[in-house]
Amino acid sequence: MRAAVLVFPGSNCDRDMAVALKAAGAEVQMVWHKDADLPAGVDVVAVPGGFSFGDYLRCGAIAAQSPICKALVAHVERGGYALGVCNGFQVLTETGLLPGALMRNAGLKFVCKSIGLEVVTSASAFTEGYNAGDVLSIPVAHHDGNYVADEATLAQLRDQDRVAFHYTENPNGSTADIAGILSENRRVLGMMPHPERAVDAAHGGTDGQALFRTLVGQLENV
Amino acid sequence: MKARVHVMLKNGVLDPQGEAVKHALGTLGFDGVEGVRQGKVIELDLADGTSEATVTEMCEKLLANTVIESYSVELV
Repeated sequence: MRAAVLVFPGSNCDRDMAVALKAAGAEVQMVWHKDADLPAGVDVVAVPGGFSFGDYLRCGAIAAQSPICKALVAHVERGGYALGVCNGFQVLTETGLLPGALMRNAGLKFVCKSIGLEVVTSASAFTEGYNAGDVLSIPVAHHDGNYVADEATLAQLRDQDRVAFHYTENPNGSTADIAGILSENRRVLGMMPHPERAVDAAHGGTDGQALFRTLVGQLENV
Repeated sequence: MKARVHVMLKNGVLDPQGEAVKHALGTLGFDGVEGVRQGKVIELDLADGTSEATVTEMCEKLLANTVIESYSVELV
């Protein structure tokens, strides 16, 4: 299984993401934002956390216009998989690949701690290694994780079982405690918490491991 | 020529920063501030003859996130 990790100026979780994917068995290539093409044969594109372009204008807005994001959109339109974590989730909403937007935390503070993350659906290549209702311990570290969408979008996410994760205790004011959502074809996951920071006992927990292992395992058998 | 673009959160979208500013004004003793909404002003220096439609396209593609923000364009 081949994965590409996008790197923007200001990305800072790109190497953690690469380590997590490699540990799960993926071949990983880092791809610079100015590249117009993804490496041939890439199965999944990971958009990492950080502060791409200094969060100027809006978080993820400038990154979403970069040449590599045009290739990312084409990859997803072809049925490719994508995982966006934290700033990566913001980039995915700014490209329009996922609905809604991420606003400043309701408490206005940067939130950096481990939180309880409830798995809402196991029906995706990302979450199949968990059971719905499992509560994971995963770190969050963000200033703009307050998920907002209009009523029609929220109803659609609920009806199509596309909310992947809920916070057990909402740290940022996110609508309906939403921490992560799936695309309509369930091949794109955006989430604010950092599963790549919970894949090694030295991290203090390994609850994120199953996400990467399941994803790599699923795509190897395609 | 110049264009001035005003970007505001849409009505109904909670503005945590506006709420904090409102609270701070209250603690400074300014009574009667019933609401604060915070937005952005973006000034563009443009080649003469740039159409308002082009600036609108800039807003739609980049300057505003129309999921949560509304915008208005003023040519000056």
